Amino acid sequence: MTKSQESSTNTKKMSNTTSSAKTLSITDKVNMSLNKRHKKEKRFKMMGLLAVIFGFMLVLTLIGDITSKALPAFHQHWIKLDVDYKSSSLNVNNEAAPKLLDQQLQSANYRKVLRESIYQMFLTETGKALSRQEKRQLSQLFSTNAEFTLKDNLIAEPAQLNEKVNVWVRLDDDVDSYLKADFPLGEPGLRITKKQAQWIEKLHTEERIESRFNISFFTASDSREPELAGIRGALTGTLLTMLVTLLLSFPLGVAGALYLEEFAPKNRWTDLIEININNLAAVPSIVFGLLGLAVIINLFELPRSAPLVGGIVLTLMTLPTIIIASRAAIKAVPPSMREAALGLGASKMQVTFSHVLPQAMPGIITGGIIGIAQALGETAPLLMIGMVAFIVDIPTSVVDSATVLPVQIYLWADSPERAFLAKTSAAILVLLALLLVINVTATVLRSKFEKK
Amino acid sequence: MNSSLLFIVLLGLTLFSYWFGLKRSLKVAGGPEHKKDLTCLPEQFGLLTAMVCGLPALITFLIFNSVEQLFIEHMLTASLPAHIQSLSTIDLGLYFNNIRSIASSETIHSLIQTIDKQSINSNNVMLLEQSKAALTLKELNLQATWLKTGLVLVMAVASVIILVRKFSVNYKARQKSEAIVHALLVASSGIAILTTLGIVISVLFESIHFFKSVPPAEFMFGTQWSPQTAMRVDQVAGSGSFGAVPLFAGTMLITFIAMLMAVPVGLMIAIYLSQYASPKLRRIAKPMLEVLAGIPTVVYGFFAALTVAPVIRNVGESFGLSVASESALAAGLVMGTMIIPFVSSLSEDAISAVPKSLKEASLGMGATKSETVIKVLVPAALPGIVGAILLAISRAIGETMIVVMAAGMAANLTANPLDSVTTVTVQIVTLLTGDQEFDSPKTLAAFALGLMLFVTTLGLNILALKVVRKYREQYD
Repeated sequence: MTKSQESSTNTKKMSNTTSSAKTLSITDKVNMSLNKRHKKEKRFKMMGLLAVIFGFMLVLTLIGDITSKALPAFHQHWIKLDVDYKSSSLNVNNEAAPKLLDQQLQSANYRKVLRESIYQMFLTETGKALSRQEKRQLSQLFSTNAEFTLKDNLIAEPAQLNEKVNVWVRLDDDVDSYLKADFPLGEPGLRITKKQAQWIEKLHTEERIESRFNISFFTASDSREPELAGIRGALTGTLLTMLVTLLLSFPLGVAGALYLEEFAPKNRWTDLIEININNLAAVPSIVFGLLGLAVIINLFELPRSAPLVGGIVLTLMTLPTIIIASRAAIKAVPPSMREAALGLGASKMQVTFSHVLPQAMPGIITGGIIGIAQALGETAPLLMIGMVAFIVDIPTSVVDSATVLPVQIYLWADSPERAFLAKTSAAILVLLALLLVINVTATVLRSKFEKK
Repeated sequence: MNSSLLFIVLLGLTLFSYWFGLKRSLKVAGGPEHKKDLTCLPEQFGLLTAMVCGLPALITFLIFNSVEQLFIEHMLTASLPAHIQSLSTIDLGLYFNNIRSIASSETIHSLIQTIDKQSINSNNVMLLEQSKAALTLKELNLQATWLKTGLVLVMAVASVIILVRKFSVNYKARQKSEAIVHALLVASSGIAILTTLGIVISVLFESIHFFKSVPPAEFMFGTQWSPQTAMRVDQVAGSGSFGAVPLFAGTMLITFIAMLMAVPVGLMIAIYLSQYASPKLRRIAKPMLEVLAGIPTVVYGFFAALTVAPVIRNVGESFGLSVASESALAAGLVMGTMIIPFVSSLSEDAISAVPKSLKEASLGMGATKSETVIKVLVPAALPGIVGAILLAISRAIGETMIVVMAAGMAANLTANPLDSVTTVTVQIVTLLTGDQEFDSPKTLAAFALGLMLFVTTLGLNILALKVVRKYREQYD
């Protein structure tokens, strides 16, 4: 840097002295063009800087846009209902034995109780009975899950039977979005009528509505109702898939790299493997999905949508990355170390496993983490092997049907409900946070080992 | 015993046999004080025993698992009445699915009892038959599980016993265990070859299937893409046409837009960071670009579909242009964003690999920095840069999620970036997600497209590597 600056100032000085002599016309020409050339230089430098700034802008726009879209998903509006757990509405026998009562409470008519408590709030205001249409529109304000909230509440405290209590329930996703002022009234996709808006306004002034942190986003599984949908199922699926990927790709990758670096004779076969690995690293990920569909599912008949199959496909995809990184790390181990161990009478295998491998481990781990990060964000091959199904149950084993976080993002992004927009962005933030954690771990590990 | 429990037991046995082999070798030597008499260390005996215990059992386990279902199905078919055995494979498969779902339900016995009590009619005769078959299936499954458990455990124990009997003072335990490890290492490195082979064979095989019903010439040069095949034989206009030219054109259009954005920006970033930027800026800018490279493609897809596309449409409409809501421009620009770090880091490598003497000579002759870059560095690094661009193109062609989410489904043959186009990868995803039978031309077409994709990207990669290698030879 400094050297080149020096040289350029030197040329300037030289051209100045020669031009003062006024003997060479070429020098004059050079001098006359200097201004233009320097301007050109400035322009070029400016363009480079602009490109870098443009890159920065892209990153900031992307992250900023998604974060701003995601924020509404982290809180949720609840409403306070005055619920009257009348045994007549619930269709429960008061005098029944405790055991029988429990059973009856399980199958009682909570919907009726819910409706009654909703209608009664608005009955007092107008003084006359609500029309059928009004009743329907009122019910739409509440989450379909509200009656189950009432149920859980009563079962938790059976003493509330025949009592009037306050219960907090979720609002419908459209109402929720409306309250968050995501979309103004009349916006397509937001199904709120004027009348409903008035009701919401009334409830709001009565201070019945409260905004709470949305825990269910992390504890619930996927749902068709945006206000109930969460990422736990997808997170568990991701965890299981990554576990399979890690357990398969890491040992296989390291073993392959060790063979190629330490044992393989230099012949056409090893050349072939080497070219092959380099090419595989650049094969589009969707092709691995085709392989998984045709071979792992149709030929070996492993279950569709299972984290096991997803893990195997992602292993095949990340294996080249891990092998290439591990080979670089193994190559960097000084030969003196091998020779010293060999000289002391260790066998080739002993040298490899007790000297070369521990020395190369930091590099290998970094490579492995990069491979896992790549697998974590991958979507396309998993679509091919059926991990796109709508799955409510949280998977418990590697052969259960499951979906993963990126696929969940893809599915939600496709959903027509506007409230899923925030959910999708929030899921993306979670995914990016996971990736960040993984990458930071890799960097920390690398720097820690490098200091040694 | 279920598979995971069996697995744990096997692991326990393997650990035990390490200890067992170790002790046994000491006993053969005549006690720990005669340890030196052994040719190999006792630990090496232990290691060999553990491997001999675990590996054959594991292989048995895997083989058994892969053929188990086939055998059970075969035996179940044999136990079924003749009129069901004569069903076509598809109907038989459906029938098996019914049986399986009955077998997995808890209430199978009560189901049979209730049916027994009811009067027999044609409806519940069928159900009764299926329930009985389900019972047989359960029985078979149970037997298979016990057989598997027995076989695996016997395999593990027997191989250990056979091995241990051979132990002697001169037994070469280390050499044997090293030979096994060596074989495992070779096998691991062979997986890469197997993967490629698997890709080529599966994709090629299904494509040949496909080309039996659709001539290759029609596929390669036809301009009509509507892969709807007839559900019934007599259906009108359901023959489906598989001319893939609109897909190729769409892929090229989006790739072109992406490269139009990624190449100039990426190259300028590479030049600025390698020639002009202060170390401080480099320290910030490099991780920033890595962030861009590390973002999952599904996130880019979301960004393209829900942020960029509406903006482009609004801007276009304010100029009076009609812009499709899934325009090629949106997908292309976002894909370009994704590829910028790829182009910039590869080109930077190429530029910094140019020998310093060239740069210094140019500066010494009085050229400005930009002149040095444009007239000396870039031409010298050109093969590397071209290689980077080729790899970037290959990446853009194979990119899936961005186009699946942001580009359209309709196969328009157009060069207008504001129109909606579809790509090869979009069609593969559309054809294969959803419920189709596997042998219809519709699903097979996806494999033919996959073959095209594989061949194209492979060709580009090989070309890129060749270009880069040729360049390297010039200066080393």
